Amino acid sequence: MSGRIERAFTRARKAKRAAFIPYITAGDPTPGRTVVLALALERAGADILELGVPFTDPIADGPTNQRAAERALAGGTTLSGVLGMVRELRYSTELPVVLFTYFNPVHAYGMARFAVDAAAAGVDGVLLTDAPVDEAAMAHEALQRVGIELVLLVAPTSTRARVKAVRRLAGSFVYFVARAGVTGARASLEEGLEEQVRLVRKLTKVRVAVGFGVSTPDQVTQIAQFADGVVVGSALVERIGKLGDVPELPGEVEALARSFAVATRRK
Amino acid sequence: MAPLEELTLAWQEARRDRAFRRELADLLENYCGRPTPISYAARLTKHLGGAAVYLKREDLCHTGAHKINNALAQCLLARRMGKARVIAETGAGQHGVAVATAAALLGLRCRVYMGTEDERRQALNVYRMKLLGAEVVGVDAGARTLKDAINESLRDWVANVASTHYVLGSVLGPHPYPAMVRDFQSVIGSEALLQIRKQRRSLPRLVVACVGGGSNAAGIFTAFVPYRQVELVGVEAGGRGTRLGEHAARFAGGAPGVLHGTRSYVLQDHDGLIVQTHSVSAGLDYPAVGPEHAWWHDSRRVSYVRVEDGEALDAFHLLSELEGIVPALETAHALAYVARVAPRMGSGDAILVSLSGRGDKDVTEVARLEGVAL
Repeated sequence: MSGRIERAFTRARKAKRAAFIPYITAGDPTPGRTVVLALALERAGADILELGVPFTDPIADGPTNQRAAERALAGGTTLSGVLGMVRELRYSTELPVVLFTYFNPVHAYGMARFAVDAAAAGVDGVLLTDAPVDEAAMAHEALQRVGIELVLLVAPTSTRARVKAVRRLAGSFVYFVARAGVTGARASLEEGLEEQVRLVRKLTKVRVAVGFGVSTPDQVTQIAQFADGVVVGSALVERIGKLGDVPELPGEVEALARSFAVATRRK
Repeated sequence: MAPLEELTLAWQEARRDRAFRRELADLLENYCGRPTPISYAARLTKHLGGAAVYLKREDLCHTGAHKINNALAQCLLARRMGKARVIAETGAGQHGVAVATAAALLGLRCRVYMGTEDERRQALNVYRMKLLGAEVVGVDAGARTLKDAINESLRDWVANVASTHYVLGSVLGPHPYPAMVRDFQSVIGSEALLQIRKQRRSLPRLVVACVGGGSNAAGIFTAFVPYRQVELVGVEAGGRGTRLGEHAARFAGGAPGVLHGTRSYVLQDHDGLIVQTHSVSAGLDYPAVGPEHAWWHDSRRVSYVRVEDGEALDAFHLLSELEGIVPALETAHALAYVARVAPRMGSGDAILVSLSGRGDKDVTEVARLEGVAL
């Protein structure tokens, strides 16, 4: 059960750092590049990979990730295509993979069939961006049956009652949204973030990874002091978008990711 | 989710509060001009040579469409919740204009998101919103239509939820919106039921409305749903043809899916990706439909049909020439269906049509389509 994710957090904690969780959109810039980029991120020090499934209407994402999804969709990336990428990735690595997806592609695929195929491909966790905890019970059951954990979002606006509801369905960690709003780089961190993360950990009794808007190594270092994991997405996605499908892409992304990975050290 | 729970509570409190209801009723009467009449369309009836056609004149509401009913109510609710800023999405621009109007009346700041393709088609309404003091933000993503404007509104709302109320314009989105908007629009049907009974001493055999998201249809149908003898028909946009991507007929070409926080019929491909839609009318150009319509469809209480662009344009001209009413292109879809079925019905039967809006906003677009230089 969710062995790889659990082990990744434990390993990071023993090394006195927060887990580094990079996000990229699957199929961006082209479907053929995703496995190569994932391996580059692993070399850079990723503990868990968050892989975005591109969707036509990404309401939780800012412009950077929206454009990445458009590029990936233009290349013909679909949910079953993403599962194929994970399967391919599993030939070379045990890096835990969390799929970050909107609900409709999974709904169209069929929840039960998706769970079975995702497990067979080697997916460790699934985050359904637009499925609130009230509606997540069915997904949780289908995923649990095949040993995939459901990753739930907790927002700064979430009430205590909702955070407790999350606790019942959460696997080894929850994903705390660093500030109300959508994904995308921001200049500064929200005040009171540390207290909020501590409260969420207390209420859910599981690890807390922090993401949305984390875009500089300095911010990563600040968050790493109190959170169990830090998600960095838009900063990487923006670099991928700027470079496009060039030969030096994996090397450039690896170098950028490394600057975030080393910043996860605890003082 | 917390903001939705807050909104649900606020709405439920407000609808029980007599002062809120009185203020809303007063504004609807003395500001919007309700009740709107129903007009017997004598020349259209004669031309079609069958059932008598009655029009519920939502085009006579202030701002020219039924959208003001919901916009005013939600802006009152926003004020009651202590939110000084409202945002809205708009397709045809009628909802945007209605919200900008209500915001001006109640002293709220207002921002409207609109797809850039719709801004082009509805340039007049864009300027109207600006005149009313609203900020109009073009959305240049996806199909650049209503769906994309909703995406952007949702993004704005989650980032500014403490200060902002999102005035969703149709019976769409997460709960409580579909129920709340239907509630605020149901005034259309409650009035119409009494009016037609008074004029004809009987109920109509058929009630017709166009369905984009489905707010004017839900508004007029709700009162008639319990009367099984009244047939209800919702008209979807058939666009240019029956191929996926060429139309916005969710019941004919869609499958159950989840979009914008609600499970309903959605135009999507095999992989669950939302497909582009096409309709001559911006207000019907949306890939999903209100969940209550999905329920009415599955329970067979309402039938849903499609009308293509060309037929709608013909009806646009027909009503203008025979009744002196230029209808919105959305409404023209409902009228086109009436033109199809009225001749086959008996002269003792009556058809009630929701004339959801007036067509001033569409005049330039229709002229462009017909190659007329203005």
